[in-house]
Amino acid sequence: MFSLDRWQEVLSTLARAPLRSILTSLAVAWGIFMLVVLLGFGHGLRKGAESQFADDAANSVWVFGGQTSQPYQGMPVGRRVTFTNTDYDNLRRVDGIEHLTGRFFPGSGGRPFGGERPVRVGAKTQTFDVRAVHPDHLYLEKTLITAGRFVNDADLIEKRKVCIVGIPVADFFWHTTDVIGRSLEIGGVAFEIVGVFNDAGGDDGELRMIYVPVTTAQLAWNGADRLNALLFTVGDKDVDETRELLDRVKTTLADRQRFNPEDPQAIRVRNNLEQYESFQQIFWIIEVFVSLMGIATLIAGIIGVANIMLITVKERTREIGIRKALGAPPLSIVGTIMQESIFITAAAGYLGLVAGVGLLSLVASVVPENEFFGEPQIDLKVAIYANVILVVSGALAGFFPAYSAAKISPVEAMREGT
Amino acid sequence: MLRLSKINKYYAVGSHRLHVLRDVDLEVEGGEMVAIMGASGSGKSTLLNILGILDRYDAGEYWLGDTLIRDLGEGQAARYRNQFIGFVFQSFNLLPFKTAVENVALPLYYQGVPRRQRNRTALQYLDKVGLADWADHRPAEMSGGQKQRVAIARALITKPRIVLADEPTGALDSKTSEEVMELFAEINRTGMTVILVTHEADVAAKAQRTIRLRDGKVEPELVARAS
Repeated sequence: MFSLDRWQEVLSTLARAPLRSILTSLAVAWGIFMLVVLLGFGHGLRKGAESQFADDAANSVWVFGGQTSQPYQGMPVGRRVTFTNTDYDNLRRVDGIEHLTGRFFPGSGGRPFGGERPVRVGAKTQTFDVRAVHPDHLYLEKTLITAGRFVNDADLIEKRKVCIVGIPVADFFWHTTDVIGRSLEIGGVAFEIVGVFNDAGGDDGELRMIYVPVTTAQLAWNGADRLNALLFTVGDKDVDETRELLDRVKTTLADRQRFNPEDPQAIRVRNNLEQYESFQQIFWIIEVFVSLMGIATLIAGIIGVANIMLITVKERTREIGIRKALGAPPLSIVGTIMQESIFITAAAGYLGLVAGVGLLSLVASVVPENEFFGEPQIDLKVAIYANVILVVSGALAGFFPAYSAAKISPVEAMREGT
Repeated sequence: MLRLSKINKYYAVGSHRLHVLRDVDLEVEGGEMVAIMGASGSGKSTLLNILGILDRYDAGEYWLGDTLIRDLGEGQAARYRNQFIGFVFQSFNLLPFKTAVENVALPLYYQGVPRRQRNRTALQYLDKVGLADWADHRPAEMSGGQKQRVAIARALITKPRIVLADEPTGALDSKTSEEVMELFAEINRTGMTVILVTHEADVAAKAQRTIRLRDGKVEPELVARAS
């Protein structure tokens, strides 16, 4: 099959009709190129959209206090629901919660967000977000500790004045991230730095942040035992299981706070999993759409090859007849034509693949990563499958005309074009 | 060398069968030069195709040497063609994109002879037909006579049992025809069996024996040749 002679025959045939060979290659290369580029960009779009979730755990649920809209057990409408450490402790006992944390924003006066406090080191003062949290918060924001540690249980019990700072915070005050053991003042209270963190989302807003133990903050900033929010993750539960869990959480909270668990206003819930799943669906649709377009282009390329092979064989009928008369076995004729077809599709497919991947990496290097468009990439496996499909199609595209050509009698074949 | 007995061949034309060869008996001795003549439609091309294992026959027996040529698969037929038969066609049937030496060497390619060796052999055969200087020319650069001589060299290169020539001078002028026929005669003198199909009497005259076909039947040889 892989004799040098055969290759010389194949290459000389291709060289005999250079324009046709080039156009055929182009059709194939274009098919693969488009497939690679479309899949790559689809992947980029998906990555971009996913990066918006990367910063928070996708399987997390956030619960904020609200205002009751229905009377319940003699309690009036319009009552504020404010969580406390007791709610946190009660939720700890709810089955199915994976990681749980409260959030307290110093100086927020009960508002769900807005933990901004002035932070001072020596003569430098700057406002940073301060979040008072439980140790499990680490998992909620996908916080990456780069040095030291996060808040731990001992911090909570002893109400230690320790904090964990984001890289930009350390950078702002000390121009270094080697800041463990240094201290800073938050709203006039001195804290010792025990950890430095990065965030998987890479969002600057999430990094210009200081974490402190929730109990310390409640004590320091007059928080009593209030919590502004309760956050938890649900493990690998699906959307339906998460809803069931959420019902249990609501009941637990409602029992103590005495509001109707059915009251839509009493607490506000942000179910990231639900959002994530609906986004996943959109990604899926985009990916299917893009793949279909790529496959359609690929099919066009394959039809192009089949077409050209048909013409090539037709044109060479006489030559095939002569070769048969001289003793060429049918297998040799079929083999040579198929080898030609496979060679051209494989070589062109490879070129298209290289060009496509090249374009993707060019785009990746020129376009900065943003939240709409992540790094375009293609799964190498997909690319290789595409090439294999192409080569097999090329072989088939060559086989059928070659087979019928090898079938016709040499006498008739030689009559062609005389 | 070659024996046909009661060969019958039909062609399906539309819904009915055309009986092209009727009980053809033919014997050719080794080293003979035989001409097959007949009007067009007499079945002579069909007979040649059967002799050349290019076509099948429906009934009878065809012995080529000690080999029965019947009901062969495509691959086997190709092998026998390659080993036993050298073809010369009216329209030369050289591959236009190959040089003279490559054309001559082609049958050896299908025998798996390495390139260098088969090109060397091809050059020897080109020399025999007086075209050694034209080895690297393509058919388009040659005259009809030259092309036919290349084709003859190609027919001889496998040392076949018989050389079959189908109107070998049909596309040539009379002077060139003469030269080509002289070449066939020369080949025949070396002991090669040659069978020519022609409708030209002076071409047939070069052969030792003429077989006439009419309506798919061999006409009785009226005059035994007195040579």
